[in-house]
Amino acid sequence: MVEFRLPKNSRVKSGKTHKAPAGAKKVKRFKVYRWSPDDGENPRMDTYEVDLASCGPMVLDALIKIKNETDPTLTFRRSCREGVCGSCAMNIDGTNTLACTKAIDDVKGDVSVTPLPHMEVVKDLVPDLTRFYAQYASIQPWLQSATPAPDKERAQSKEDRAKLDGLYECILCACCSTSCPSYWWNGDRYLGPAILLQAYRWLIDSRDENTGARLDNLEDPFRLYRCHTIMNCTSTCPKGLNPAKAIAEIKKMMVARQG
Amino acid sequence: MTMKTPLGAVRGLGSAKNGTHHWWLQRLTAIALIPLTVWLTASIVGLIGADYETVRTWVSIPLVAILLALFLAATLYHLKLGLQVVIEDYVHHEGAKLAAQMTVTFAAIIIAAASIFAVLSVAFEG
Repeated sequence: MVEFRLPKNSRVKSGKTHKAPAGAKKVKRFKVYRWSPDDGENPRMDTYEVDLASCGPMVLDALIKIKNETDPTLTFRRSCREGVCGSCAMNIDGTNTLACTKAIDDVKGDVSVTPLPHMEVVKDLVPDLTRFYAQYASIQPWLQSATPAPDKERAQSKEDRAKLDGLYECILCACCSTSCPSYWWNGDRYLGPAILLQAYRWLIDSRDENTGARLDNLEDPFRLYRCHTIMNCTSTCPKGLNPAKAIAEIKKMMVARQG
Repeated sequence: MTMKTPLGAVRGLGSAKNGTHHWWLQRLTAIALIPLTVWLTASIVGLIGADYETVRTWVSIPLVAILLALFLAATLYHLKLGLQVVIEDYVHHEGAKLAAQMTVTFAAIIIAAASIFAVLSVAFEG
């Protein structure tokens, strides 16, 4: 059954406040979700005052500054700091996005930073993406072809290559899937927008020969049809992609092969 | 507690190999209900203030009786399909889910049978 309240040990309490150093010129407050698996405490929201006069422009810059200068225990994932790796996906100011491409100036008032919604938390801003990756593996995200490999590259027309635009750019940051209420309630059986967009990326690839079997694996009331076109996925995607459209295309393929 | 691998858990019982039929019928009934609902609403507005005999005569027109029966069938089938999805979404206890699905299915069929019978009995009354 859907739970409308967090379990007792998950309810978020207010935490510590770390004041800006004396002489700070442009102070912005960051309210950051903190939880450690080691101390048996409830999660809390810590407040960090950051001097933007000595900070880079993005939310990730502020988090790194906090970790470097104020609180080395703050835990988060990051790598490329330019919107390519998808590591720093988190919920900022109520929206799932990448901390490295979210400008601090775009947030009015205090900046709330919490982990991706409705995922198990490993620590602080780090969600457990184990099942998400298993779901990705389940769609077999690689080119499948029975025709013996040609001596050179596999030919693809310009038109067919263009069909992959808007799909290949996905960095699997999980912002879309974790913004989807259907994925919140049924993430154990529904594949979610990110994985379905990836599935469509292989369904529509002219070089792939396993389209039918791929559709067979998706044709399921939960795996595919839990999508109720809520559209959170498309509005939250930090890369400007449209997972909802990809899912609609899969549903059209399902109907097309019926008759 | 299970030591199943994440991939094993995700693959689960495998694909049910259905869902398309359900999805298609939900859209089909929705499309059918657009003209039917417009027609019914306009007709009811036109009958405001009419006495029983006028309405009975209207219902006994064959096309009207057929359209009323189709409206009821499409509505209740659409209702059943929609509620089924709501239950699948939100009810995760297997027993409660089964009971809710049975209740919705039986209720939709009973209401459809009773209301279509009502239309026919009014239509054939005179």
